[in-house]
Amino acid sequence: MVELENITKIYRMGKVEVPALRGVTLEIEQGEIVAIIGASGSGKSTLMNIIGCLDKPTLGRYIFDGADVSRLSDNQLAEMRNKKFGFVFQTYNLLPRASALSNVELPLIYSGGLHKHKLAMEALERVGLGPRAKHRPTELSGGEQQRVAIARALVNNPALILADEPTGNLDSVSTAEIISIFRQLNQDGITVVVVTHEMDIASQTRRIIRLYDGKIISDEKVA
Amino acid sequence: MKFIESFIIAIRSLSANKLRSVLTMLGIIIGVGAVIAIMTGGAGMENYVTSTLEDLGTDILYVQPVNPDAPGAAGMAPGFAIPTLTLDDAEAIARIPSVLGVAPTNENFVELTFGNETIASVIEGTTPEFQDVGNYEMASGQFISERNVASRDNVVVLGSDTAKDLFGDEDPVGQNVKIKGKRFTVIGVLAAKGSAMFGFSLDEMVVVPITTYQTRLFTLRTSSGEDAVQSIGVLVSGPEVMDDVTADIETTLRKRHRIDEDEKDDFSIVSMEQMIGVFTDITGVVSIFLAAIASIGLLVASIGIMNIMLVSVTERTREIGIRKAVGAKRRDILLQFLIEAAALSLVGGAAGIAFGWTLALAISFIAGLAGFPLQATLSPLHVIIAVGVSLFIGLVSGMYPAVRAARLNPIDALHYE
Repeated sequence: MVELENITKIYRMGKVEVPALRGVTLEIEQGEIVAIIGASGSGKSTLMNIIGCLDKPTLGRYIFDGADVSRLSDNQLAEMRNKKFGFVFQTYNLLPRASALSNVELPLIYSGGLHKHKLAMEALERVGLGPRAKHRPTELSGGEQQRVAIARALVNNPALILADEPTGNLDSVSTAEIISIFRQLNQDGITVVVVTHEMDIASQTRRIIRLYDGKIISDEKVA
Repeated sequence: MKFIESFIIAIRSLSANKLRSVLTMLGIIIGVGAVIAIMTGGAGMENYVTSTLEDLGTDILYVQPVNPDAPGAAGMAPGFAIPTLTLDDAEAIARIPSVLGVAPTNENFVELTFGNETIASVIEGTTPEFQDVGNYEMASGQFISERNVASRDNVVVLGSDTAKDLFGDEDPVGQNVKIKGKRFTVIGVLAAKGSAMFGFSLDEMVVVPITTYQTRLFTLRTSSGEDAVQSIGVLVSGPEVMDDVTADIETTLRKRHRIDEDEKDDFSIVSMEQMIGVFTDITGVVSIFLAAIASIGLLVASIGIMNIMLVSVTERTREIGIRKAVGAKRRDILLQFLIEAAALSLVGGAAGIAFGWTLALAISFIAGLAGFPLQATLSPLHVIIAVGVSLFIGLVSGMYPAVRAARLNPIDALHYE
């Protein structure tokens, strides 16, 4: 499903060029659950952003579902993010003044579909938050907020869910909850990519890709 | 994304910052309010002047002496004007076809005394046709007659207010009043007209035969020593003959005054229509000028909106990042902020119209108390202009912040602290 070929990403900070990824080649099949691990600065977030069409590679080719997406326009990338990907961030990134339900509806607003309330409600129920639909993020615990974010990622039926340190701000109980939700979603057929620096979490996936200094240094299946 | 959804998002974020939104709108409210107050006040002023002049009659020409040597309109000014018109001129004009009546008129300020009561009044020395030309009705008694004029009788017709001030409820007809120490017999009282001309009510004047006025009250002579006439009102049969009559009067008077072909007229002919036109032009120019000054307020308001929208974009960078991450396109973000700015200034504009209208009503009320019955008029055109201008201001001042928001890179926006 995801085919990365020699992906390079260079950030320009004024006159200095900072390479974040140097020639990453990688394939992820549909239905996989993958962890990308590495120290901070290893380029794992950059890799996730490129896979999720939040960012474009400087060099290299990215084929998603057989189509080259590395040269798409901003609007086409926005469309991809809306239809194909769901994002879960470490800091949840919910709209603070909107209810859980409105937050989950957000991707539907931009896809212009019907039955927004019904679909959003279903997504919330899938993460066990049906009864808290009317609550604002500030009225929810960290774990609950992250579940709202997962519901938002789910609502447009994405092919791939990308999670960037999804448990970084959570206690162990919530972390276990979130991980089990991801595993459940994966069993339901959604491909999941989790970026983390915690081995505990990575070991609960089936494949671990290790990045160091912008390169893949190991890629192994978990027994 | 549908327009209506952008609109809902915009309204929500405006109401989330109520105080800030209201303060930003205040600029637009004051700006639009001032412009509307001036425009509606100006329209009211124009209506007032027009209707006042129309009350005096629209089928009327006025012939007045002019100093041909004075530059431009200065020749008509009292200091420059030299008396050139006479009663014979008036009679000659009366013989022109389509002229229904002529009223040679001299006027001045006098004091009127009855018993111990003395009041100031405007005195008109004129002929019987003054009644037709000025469209006056009698309340009691009769107007001055040809005989009164021929025999220079000391008779006077009182305006309705003058009669009331001097005699109260008593019937003045047959009573004697003193004007400049001379005794005049009241022969009639005019019906109230109700209209005022620049604070001077037409009901406050008194009328005497022009011959009496010339010989007994105020002497004014032409250079050749004849009794002079200050102005001649000419009633014509209708607006369609205005131009012909004007030309005829000019020919007649030039001949009578022996003016050579290359010399300028020593008189001027003004129609009521022209006077209305001049006043309408003046009030129009003045209100446009004032509105232009007031719209500086709108410029300031527009800067205020742009400023607050820039702050809003910065504050909501993360929100923009989130929206982009879940699939918002540039256009969606642009629209959201543009609508927000437009809504801000449209609501402000609507409140401004209400504010300006109230202000205009208050001004016309105060003017009414001071004796100027102004009727502030809010025309649909003014409302459309105000709404259009508000919308325009919102879009123009919202454009730059909205473009900035739309151009944000989603990753940078998401990680903005």
